[in-house]
Amino acid sequence: MYQGLLAETVTVVGHNDDEIGAYLARPLGPGPFPSVLVIHHAPGWDTATKEIARRFAYEGYVAICPNLYHRFGPDLSPDDAAAAARAGGWVTTEQFLADAAGALRYVRGLPVSNGKVGVIGYCSGGRQSFLAACELPVDAAVDCYGAFVVNGSPPDMPLRMEPVIDRAPKISRPILGLFGVEDTRPSPEEVAQIDTELTRLAKEHEFHSFENAGHGFFAVDRTMYRVEAAVEGWRLILDFYGRHLA
Amino acid sequence: MCSYVVEKTALTGSAKAAGTWSPINTAVVSVDHPFHAPVDHALMVDFTQEGRPVSERIALELSVASARELIVCMQTALDAFGEGG
Repeated sequence: MYQGLLAETVTVVGHNDDEIGAYLARPLGPGPFPSVLVIHHAPGWDTATKEIARRFAYEGYVAICPNLYHRFGPDLSPDDAAAAARAGGWVTTEQFLADAAGALRYVRGLPVSNGKVGVIGYCSGGRQSFLAACELPVDAAVDCYGAFVVNGSPPDMPLRMEPVIDRAPKISRPILGLFGVEDTRPSPEEVAQIDTELTRLAKEHEFHSFENAGHGFFAVDRTMYRVEAAVEGWRLILDFYGRHLA
Repeated sequence: MCSYVVEKTALTGSAKAAGTWSPINTAVVSVDHPFHAPVDHALMVDFTQEGRPVSERIALELSVASARELIVCMQTALDAFGEGG
């Protein structure tokens, strides 16, 4: 069986009609293929996140990952861009949502698209994936250990991260949540609160919390990587998208 | 977690990297996932000079434990020096 994929940078139109960079990875062939919007974590539009996009392409998805730090410098290295983001207050919710919406439009406009797009994010991107599920026309959403969903950041922090659970009534598509029981942000108690609220609102969702795993268990380049949770997590993601994006 | 913990302070001094000294006037301090240090979370300090590109910053990523030890070490040295400077 022949397999091939194309990975390249493209330009999408985001917040304020700004053109921002995005990493696109897709299978070769005519399709139609479902798509996944991959949201990078706070450390930036980095190698590990682009590897995730290529993994989705390998699995038969068009993956697009917009550079949410593009405006800090389109040609900066990921660590420099993340430093600029830290110094500059990261990105606003409004800007993130508009950039993500631009990426959604881009992939849905590709001739190989089947029109269905899922969203996934890790860490800070998990919270943003939850936000996207509330505010954007996605067909399925995966939240991987996103913090500050049900509880905002402590009030004495210079940069306040507002909780987003109050937007949950607007969710219209299924959500998959993947968490580690040893995580502290989100803690198991916070995960249980999100689960309870989505159940109360009759929102289709499935949550899985892995033993012997904390925050960032998918991160293959970090000490927090946990092979059992990551392998099973990938299986759950592909099963979930397979059911909702076909 | 991506903690979003960031503090910023003005300072007076210089820093050396890649064989070149540069003036610095700002430190951005955060505790979050590092880029290079082999730990889950690190104390990160970016020493910068206003108006210079972020790529010229002097960056540190220290394990949380070693950062705490460094703070004690610096405080001890300053206490030993006493007032003035």
